Amino acid sequence: MNKTSSKHNPFLRPGMTLTGKWHKKRYVIIRKLGNGAIGSVYLCEVGGRKAALKISDKGSSITMEVNVLKSLGKVQGKRLGPYLLDVDDWVSPTGEIYSFYVMEYIQGETLNEFMKQHGSEWLGVFMLQLLTDLEYLHQAGWVFGDLKVDNLIVTSSPSRIRWVDVGGTTQIGRSIKEYTEFYDRGYWGLGTRKADPSYDLFALVMVFLSVFYPKHFQKGPNPQATIFRKINDVKALHPYSSCLKKAIQGKYLTSKEMKQEISKIIYDLQKQPNSQQRKKQKNKPSILESIGFLIIALGYYLTSLLIP
Amino acid sequence: MNKGTLKQILLITDGCSNKGEDPAATAALAHQQGITVNVIGILEDNTEDPDGLQEVEEIALSGGGVSQLVYKQALSQTVQMVTKQAMTQTLQGFVNKELQQILGKEHTMEDLDPEKRGEIMEVVEDLGETSDLEVLVLIDTSASMHDKLPTVKEALLDLSISLNSRVGRNRFSIYNFPGKRKDIDKVLDWSPRLDSISSVFPKLTSGGITPTGPAIRDAMYQFGKKGLLRSLRSKDEQDIEQA
Repeated sequence: MNKTSSKHNPFLRPGMTLTGKWHKKRYVIIRKLGNGAIGSVYLCEVGGRKAALKISDKGSSITMEVNVLKSLGKVQGKRLGPYLLDVDDWVSPTGEIYSFYVMEYIQGETLNEFMKQHGSEWLGVFMLQLLTDLEYLHQAGWVFGDLKVDNLIVTSSPSRIRWVDVGGTTQIGRSIKEYTEFYDRGYWGLGTRKADPSYDLFALVMVFLSVFYPKHFQKGPNPQATIFRKINDVKALHPYSSCLKKAIQGKYLTSKEMKQEISKIIYDLQKQPNSQQRKKQKNKPSILESIGFLIIALGYYLTSLLIP
Repeated sequence: MNKGTLKQILLITDGCSNKGEDPAATAALAHQQGITVNVIGILEDNTEDPDGLQEVEEIALSGGGVSQLVYKQALSQTVQMVTKQAMTQTLQGFVNKELQQILGKEHTMEDLDPEKRGEIMEVVEDLGETSDLEVLVLIDTSASMHDKLPTVKEALLDLSISLNSRVGRNRFSIYNFPGKRKDIDKVLDWSPRLDSISSVFPKLTSGGITPTGPAIRDAMYQFGKKGLLRSLRSKDEQDIEQA
């Protein structure tokens, strides 16, 4: 079991075909999509359709992820995470056994790319979308765990933020299975690693912070003060700052509470610019009117000059 | 149901042993007693060949545990990952043995189809979450470790956060080697948390002696004589059978 990380991930070349040991399905590798803590993800083709294939020699970890994907599939009426297509083993030409699973390929942009192009008015929308999904997940008894920018993707038309890697999903009450330091409240000394809804809400704030601090930041001597300062320093986050700070402090017990406050903020935000516009609209006619009066007055003045 | 207690030694070192018996041999001995030996080798910031740390892998192999080489920046996450991986590995070992008894010698989890494997992994995961755990942290405090100790301390606090978020109970103790007169010295006695380590971190031993082998042997006895008399592994197996 003592293998260096490079050995965990078999090297699959584009164009090669991989046949499952049990279900005998054939997958043609197109290209590598990325490396995770366990295994690599490849884009592949099966029966003329594209799919994502995650492969690793850590069979047990793959099995655990598959278990999560299966139970997420059981959450009713809501598609949380990618759709699971197949689970199988692959025996390499040299005889090593690798476990893999195949899931729906979700195509889209990273959150950072999207925000750069489309601007910060999407912030609130994505917050609400994530909070809605989290609410479903929490109600089903799970916590996402490893919520981070790398595990999210924005699909287009309609723009929707989606989870792509659910490897950290943990049953409520247990210890978080997988996490990334920057997004982990334990790392910041602001809570335990026990899976509860507020764990995800903390990570959610850090997701939106890392949009503005892609290189992240150090914790410093007072981690909470550091995070608060970083929130304050971003203008686009100002409207939400009180909510974000509450989430950092673990003051929301459910994602519903946070969602309600965020939606209220968004509602107020939308009202404000509208009322300003209305004011402008009111101003515009009055300016036009006064200009009109001036012209008419000028006309009368000129005619009065002409008529002796 | 009594789930039994998993016992682990977590060895944190940055170099080769150079005194006393072969650490791989004492690790094998510990493994025989139902104690898993995990090893974390800390790399210097700009080493290109970690040859000196090859021993790390051998110790963990014969100790039935997990090994990992890291730069000190990544230590926190590695420490908790290695500990959890080793727990899963140990539990999976028990389950595999049970399977072999039922299905025959050459069958392991890999020979089951993915669906059945999934169900078994759920059991393994449940056990990992709920079983009690004893971790003895064994820290190499020879001179070269000097600048790494603050990071080690932070990583151990982090480990305590991770493990205490589990359902099962934990006990930690910390020993350092080489000790002043003995092979190992106690830094922290068995306790459920590691928060108290900040004040008690050891003064450094100068000199280049690294008696890793004898240190593992001594550490093994700190788990208590009672546990050593009978094989703990068979006890755990029975528990799984009950499950």
